[in-house]
Order: sequence, then structure tokens, then C-alpha cells
Amino acid sequence: MASAFSNTRNPKLFGTGPSPLIRAGMLALLSIVIIALDHREGHLDRARQALSVLTYPIQLMVDLPHSALERASESLATREYLLRENRVLQERQLELSARTQRLESLEAENERLRELLQSGARVGERILAAELLQVDLDPFRHRVVVDKGSRDAVYPGQPLLDADGVMGQVTHTGLFGAEAILITDPSHAIPVEVNRNGLRTIALGTGDITRLDLPYLPNSADIRPGDLLVTSGLGMRFPRGYPVGTVTDVRRRPGETFAAIHAEPTAALNRSREVLLVWRADGTPFERDPLGEPPLQRDMRDEESLPGDDSPPPVPPEEPVDE
Amino acid sequence: MSDQPAQGRWAIMLSLLAALMLNIWPLPEMAQLLRPDWVALVLIYWILAIPHRVNVGTAWLAGLVLDALTGSVLGQHALALAVLALLVSGIHLRVRVFPVWQQAITVMALLTVYEVILLMVEGATGQLHNLEWRWAPVLTGTLFWPWVLFLLRFLRRRFNVA
Repeated sequence: MASAFSNTRNPKLFGTGPSPLIRAGMLALLSIVIIALDHREGHLDRARQALSVLTYPIQLMVDLPHSALERASESLATREYLLRENRVLQERQLELSARTQRLESLEAENERLRELLQSGARVGERILAAELLQVDLDPFRHRVVVDKGSRDAVYPGQPLLDADGVMGQVTHTGLFGAEAILITDPSHAIPVEVNRNGLRTIALGTGDITRLDLPYLPNSADIRPGDLLVTSGLGMRFPRGYPVGTVTDVRRRPGETFAAIHAEPTAALNRSREVLLVWRADGTPFERDPLGEPPLQRDMRDEESLPGDDSPPPVPPEEPVDE
Repeated sequence: MSDQPAQGRWAIMLSLLAALMLNIWPLPEMAQLLRPDWVALVLIYWILAIPHRVNVGTAWLAGLVLDALTGSVLGQHALALAVLALLVSGIHLRVRVFPVWQQAITVMALLTVYEVILLMVEGATGQLHNLEWRWAPVLTGTLFWPWVLFLLRFLRRRFNVA
């Protein structure tokens, strides 16, 4: 058996270096070590970044025909088409800016109310537009590549939005590009709340690009089809209040602990090419937010402790052990 | 081997690069599930043809790039391709003289082993999804083998890679 693996064809190489069997064995061991290190997150991010110098150009090359085609169709568009598009966009812009006016006064009011409640004011966010590269990574997992990387201060864990809602979060960054996981990936979960009543739960990806799963709500939960789910800000990854999905069906199952609830993502996960990356207003990541603890906890602490008192009060004194 | 023309190496590199690009080329959703493992096919060809130049190490490196490219667990495709390369280098003298259809059957067996290793790694890292479509790439890879063979053989003769 072993003779089948020794390479006898080329006499020059015969006897030089280890046989393919031994070499493959060593490389297999090395791969298993790498898999283990990479699976326990973060140990090999440097190696991935180094490899992305090699892989990002390949992804760009694959994307090239599509972006070139897009540019060509833009430059070949007829005059009437451009005029019509321009008119539609202007109307839309007018409508949106009218809505923003109201939003600004609401935001100011919200801030005043929050000050009255002595809870920290939520400041705005900084946003950077990015483009998705047209590449298929793996049909079974929902991952995308964006054309902004650590050079533009993109960081792992960063929220990714489109015009209609949350799309996902960045998983790995290279220098020029980054890889992101979509909220519908089977290994993704996002903390959400029902916009109507603040009911909190977790939305899991299903592997189906049009469906989210809400498996942790009891049969008695106040939720119904049509409810808008927004990010709850718990989990410290996503900013609070961005739309995630709309509840499509609620099946209450007597005899089961939890209801079967599904939602449809509001973001156009498989159609958007333009996406948005979000930072806090001062450009710092969300997860290293010193005030980024869940708003609920902070509000409760504000109620029950004196201002400036940071330690939780019910801890008993611990000196009289050895004195 | 020092008298090899430089373009021989380029033919190998370019065919591997093309395979890597085809592996992430955007396709309609249905066709995505049927996408053959181009990198595995190209490596099988080169190892059958010139095992003294393309071997386990080449396959492992290509696998590592494929891992980084598709965002899978680093080492997954590297492991699978290294084992695949070992098997091919073990049987290359016999398979090389097979008629095409027998080669295709051998390739099907090799791709099955490759897919099983990928599945084992995914199972070990807790990412096992959508099992029912996992064998489609094996079948399409087998169907594409004759074309890969003819194209790369043409390339090899044209650029005198030996």
C-alpha cells in the first residue's frame, strides 16, 4: 500500500524529501491545528488579513465584469431615461427631507425627555457608504464581501445596513475589503424588539434569505403578523432602533412551550448593492462603547442608586473574614 | 527541472487562479448549488499529469487561499485538498491510462472523499446545514471532468509543461 504512495516516476526526485504520504500527514495535522485555532475565534485574524492581500484582488477581478457592465449601462442610458430617473429621485428627495424635518424635532424632544429621566442621551451615528462585490462565497452560508476594509476603519462586528434595514455585521476585515455575515445566515442571531410594545426577543437566521426565525417567544406573547421588529441595542453590536424585519406569521401551538413565529427581513438582502457601515457619531465602534450597556439596566440603576454611585448597593461587606 | 521554461509555471498558476475565480463567480441561486469544485478538478488534472511539480503542498496552499477566499474555517479546504492530492498521487500511474469515462468515475470517487472531509470539518465546527444538496457538486464535477481534461491537456501541450 505504501509503495503506491511513493513517487517513482521521476528519478530526480526519488529519495529527496519526505514521501507524499508523510508530507500529507504533516499538512493534515497542521490543517487540523489551524481549523481548531481559527474556530476558537480570533487567533488567526492576522493570518486571514495577510491572506486577504491575495484574495481581495481575486474577488475584485470576479466583480469587474459586473461593475464594468453597470458603468457601461450608465453611460449608454438614453437622455429620456436619465431625465425620468432624475425626476423620480428629486420627488423622493423632497419627500424624504420633509420627513426628516419632523424627525429632527422629534429627536430633540426625545433628548429633552431623556434628560428629564436622567438617562444618557443617544447621539447620532456616522455612516459610510460601501458597495458589495458580486461574488458567491458559499451557497449554504450567507456571506458577502464589501469594498471597504480596515483602511476605512471598518472593524469586525460592525453593523451593516441598507436603505431599508439591518443587513448583517462584519466578520473579518482585510486592508481594502471586509467580509460580512447576513442576518439570515443560519449561524447568526440578532437581538430585536417589537416596535409596537417593546417586547424583546432574538431573531435567528434560517438559511433562507427571505426568512427569520423567532423561536423564543411563549404562546402568550403579544405579537402578531405585521409587527415591525427593530434592533433592541442589547448585545452591544447593533445600534438601537433600526428596522430588522416584519412578522409574517405567528402560530401558537398549544402544548408547546414556544410559539412558531417567522419574520421577513426589511433589508433587500439579495438585491442591495449599495450598503451602509455605521459607527458612533465620534467614529468609535459600538461594542467598545463605555455607555453601551443595555439601556434597560442603566435606567434601572439610575432609579435605585444615588448619582455618582457606581457600585451596586446590595453587595454585603466582606471584611470580617480574617480580622 | 531547472531547464523548464518559465511559462510552464505560469500555465499552472493561471489555471489555478481561473479555478479560484470560477469558485466564487456569481451565479443564479439554483446554479450555485450545482457549482462544481473547480479547484479540486484542476488540481486532480495537474497531479495526474505532472505529480513531480504539482503535489500535496501545492494543493494545501491552494486550499488555504480558497478558505480565505470563501470565508470558511481556515484549513478546511486545505485539509480536504491535501488528502485529495495524496490519493491522486497514489493512483496517478493507473488513472492516467484509463479511458475518459473510467477517469470520470475515479474523479467522482475522489470528489466524494473531498466532500466528506469538508462535511466532517463543518460538523466538527458546528456549521452543518443543507445536507440534501451537498452531493450535487460531486455529480457536476464528474460531468465537467472530460472538458477540464481536454482544456488543460491542450494548455499543457501548448505551453509545453512537463
